[in-house]
Amino acid sequence: MDFPILSAVTFLPLAGAVLIMLVRSLAGSTSEDTVDNRVLYCGVVFSIATFLVSLVMLFGFDRDNPAYQMTEQIDWFSEISYKMGVDGLSVSLILLTTFLTPIALIASLGSIQHRLTEYVVAFLILETFMIGVFCALDLILFYVFFEAGLIPMFIIIGVWGGVDRIYASFKFFLYTLLGSLFMLAAIVYMYLSAGSSDVVILENFEFGTGAQTWLWLAFFASFAVKLPMWPVHTWLPDAHVQAPTAGSVILAGVLLKMGGYGLLRFSLPMFPDASELFQPMVFVLSVIAIVYASLVAWRQTDMKKLIAYSSVAHMGFVTLGIFSFTEIGVQGAVFQMLSHGLISGALFLIVGVVYDRMHTREISAYGGLVSRMPIYASLFMLFTMANVGLPGTSGFVGEILTMVGAFQASTWAAAGAALGVIFSAIYMLTLYRRTVFGEITNPDVDVLKDVNFKELVCLVPLAIGTLLFGVMPNLIFDLTRESSLRVLAMMAGG
Amino acid sequence: MFDLHAMNLAFGSEIFLIVAGLAGVLAGALLGDKFNTLSFRFGAVSLVIAAIWVALAPQGAVAFGGLLATGPFVNFAKVVAYLSAAIALMMADGFLGRHGLKRYEYSLLIIFASVGIGVMLSSANLMTLYLGVETLSLSSYVLASFHRDSQRSAEAGLKYFVLGALASGLLLYGMSLVYGFAGGTSYAEIAAAEPGIGLLFGMVLMITGLAFKVSAAPMHVWTPDVYEGAPSPVVAFFATAPKMASMVVFAVILYVAFPQPEAFKNWQLIISIIAITSMLVGAFGALLQTNLKRLLGYSSIANMGYGLVAIAAGAEYGAQALLIFMSAYVVASIGLFGGVLSMHREGGMVESISELSGLARYRPAFAMALSVLIISVAGFPLAFGFLGKLAIFEAALSAGLIPLIVVLVLSSVIAFGYYLRLILVIWVNEPAAPFEKVDGWVTGTVFLAALASIALFIFVSPFSDLAGAAAASLIL
Repeated sequence: MDFPILSAVTFLPLAGAVLIMLVRSLAGSTSEDTVDNRVLYCGVVFSIATFLVSLVMLFGFDRDNPAYQMTEQIDWFSEISYKMGVDGLSVSLILLTTFLTPIALIASLGSIQHRLTEYVVAFLILETFMIGVFCALDLILFYVFFEAGLIPMFIIIGVWGGVDRIYASFKFFLYTLLGSLFMLAAIVYMYLSAGSSDVVILENFEFGTGAQTWLWLAFFASFAVKLPMWPVHTWLPDAHVQAPTAGSVILAGVLLKMGGYGLLRFSLPMFPDASELFQPMVFVLSVIAIVYASLVAWRQTDMKKLIAYSSVAHMGFVTLGIFSFTEIGVQGAVFQMLSHGLISGALFLIVGVVYDRMHTREISAYGGLVSRMPIYASLFMLFTMANVGLPGTSGFVGEILTMVGAFQASTWAAAGAALGVIFSAIYMLTLYRRTVFGEITNPDVDVLKDVNFKELVCLVPLAIGTLLFGVMPNLIFDLTRESSLRVLAMMAGG
Repeated sequence: MFDLHAMNLAFGSEIFLIVAGLAGVLAGALLGDKFNTLSFRFGAVSLVIAAIWVALAPQGAVAFGGLLATGPFVNFAKVVAYLSAAIALMMADGFLGRHGLKRYEYSLLIIFASVGIGVMLSSANLMTLYLGVETLSLSSYVLASFHRDSQRSAEAGLKYFVLGALASGLLLYGMSLVYGFAGGTSYAEIAAAEPGIGLLFGMVLMITGLAFKVSAAPMHVWTPDVYEGAPSPVVAFFATAPKMASMVVFAVILYVAFPQPEAFKNWQLIISIIAITSMLVGAFGALLQTNLKRLLGYSSIANMGYGLVAIAAGAEYGAQALLIFMSAYVVASIGLFGGVLSMHREGGMVESISELSGLARYRPAFAMALSVLIISVAGFPLAFGFLGKLAIFEAALSAGLIPLIVVLVLSSVIAFGYYLRLILVIWVNEPAAPFEKVDGWVTGTVFLAALASIALFIFVSPFSDLAGAAAASLIL
């Protein structure tokens, strides 16, 4: 048997977390309020090691092979097994995860002032579960990872969040849980029907049309909350606003992508008829999400909330692309997920930079940042443009492809989405103008210092990624093409 | 006339417990207070021996002319019940010592209650069933009011007794009706009887009485009060061994004595309704509780509701799920009550949830163990409880009980609201004054239960096979 590389990627962060906990408890340090940055460095080292291992995985991955690769299988109980395996779609999302986690941890340096050990441990555990979600090839195993990730995120928001963190963390948890339990019921039903919860077997199992409808709805309940789609998006702004910066980065960067991943991995291949049936509904919801969330974002006075609503809008493009059932749309949706992971993560970091200095996220408190923080203003400009979808940035590629895909399926949906692109320019540019340009009205802004080395370390890789994938999108397309085609082939063949 | 071998297989462990209990009475009479300390070890060792006794010959037998009949299914429950009773007994040691209640009667009462558990699990006849139920109940009433000087304990005991007696009356009335219309008291005779309205009445009354014993809504009213009032180690016992046994007995009676399609349809409906009410009452009732023991009381009502869903699914689908779910519940519960027992400060025990505040700051490992147990009892992934809930989902879906699944999902989400609140208090809130260290048995149980919850989640396969084999024996 080959080296279980997927398990290694998945459980390396967990091992790091356990090690950190052990060392800390052996060191007997009970004064939890003293900030010992060595713990954070340890966490960063482990997450970077995970990233390196995931790169090894990437090089071992054969991108011309549409089947699941590097599979591992160990019996768990009954017909359920611990089965891991990846295709291009999962590989790209795993890399996103392992790439964003070190950045999120580095960004926490200095801004997390208490209970650092627990913070790092929670982040590393969360990383394990996130990677697990993308590796699992058994529905029950997938569910376990999918749900388990809620607890560390709940703790991250609940302990290191803002003033209303308790409310936000509960809302986040219970919303997601409600959707997921219906999915669990559906998973159990599928397991009973097919006699297995193995994803490969279920992809080839044909459910009756009636059953598909219900199963699709149950899965959709979970993924729609996770994505989030209108009208079940309301937990997201609360969670983002209250979460610490790094929490927002991971939430927007990775957790939201689980919804899109789930739709592509399960809903389309396993319930093709129902997906076809619900296509108009998803289109309507997506267009509403894009237009409505954009308009809401426009009216926000809180920077993080604005970006949170913009995430809802951008996720609308993802669902639009997925449900266009065209190669270009699905490829665009996957690309949009990855690109949004980089851009929204970067934007939350951008907000975090000034929040750490000013401790307010009110747009009106800023203005004139450009004269005190020129480097910051340039980076902010880059990510603003990427979020708007300027050609040359990765945001453009994702939006244009999903819209082209949607256009082939429904002209009206594409037209509505195009409206969203215009709105996104309005709200992002408004945000940029009001914070970065103009006269300095707030005396606190006058004394601000530009981005420091730590912040550059976080932002520059994201900037490079955004530009690189904007100019050379084939880097991603080559990786995900076979799995996108495979999803569509299963749609057509099923 | 007496087949000694069969007798041993069917009833050996109980005979051993009876002898041990009587020996304890003698020892107490002869040694007096000197026996107090020793009695806890004595009781626990006896219970463990009894558990091993059962585990060595799980196939069981029929004895005493069909009054008793055991098989893998009930023996599975017996082992779990005896072991949890032993642990509950050892956990009581330190608590009772601190309250000046360390008397040998306590361990003897636990032994006799366990005998009751054994008898009701072994019974294949309404007469023996009633004997078992009453042996358990009478011991329980005394245990609930064991803290004689405490008004709350006395109140709890009295409440439990009055309501319990009423439930026993209903059970007995139901049994007499069943006997009258079936013409016999053995399960086999009842199963073979002509269905009719009289038998139905009897069955409903019996279900009512048994629902009280498992604290299923709407017969649950005693639970929060008794949980709150009775001494914590007693509640640790109540929440585990008798719950496991009563649920299994409940299942056995319905599966074995009322298997005809028509009766099945009837009791499935009734059990479904009870399950739905329990799940909802348990979920909503706990939301506003401030006392941890009361909260666990409501949580047990909700969990019994989930267990009843497994029963309602019928023997074919539900039996294995019931065993897995109840085992997970027992493991998590005994650990959680270990948590309750460690909430000790200068000046006595505290029970309010807010006292757990910031536990993670000064005892992170312990807080982690408690969180694992909370996650397990909530049926969330990464702990054994999830597999229990998964099994119930599977059973209910196989039996096509869709409305039950919807309620199960909703009540799980609501229930998670308060489990989360516990986790939040432990991890997020500012620390309250630290708890004092309590005896190793309590702390050890918490860690052991947490470890077991995780280990059984990962390495569940042998366990679920065992439960599956035990359940399969019921169908044949």
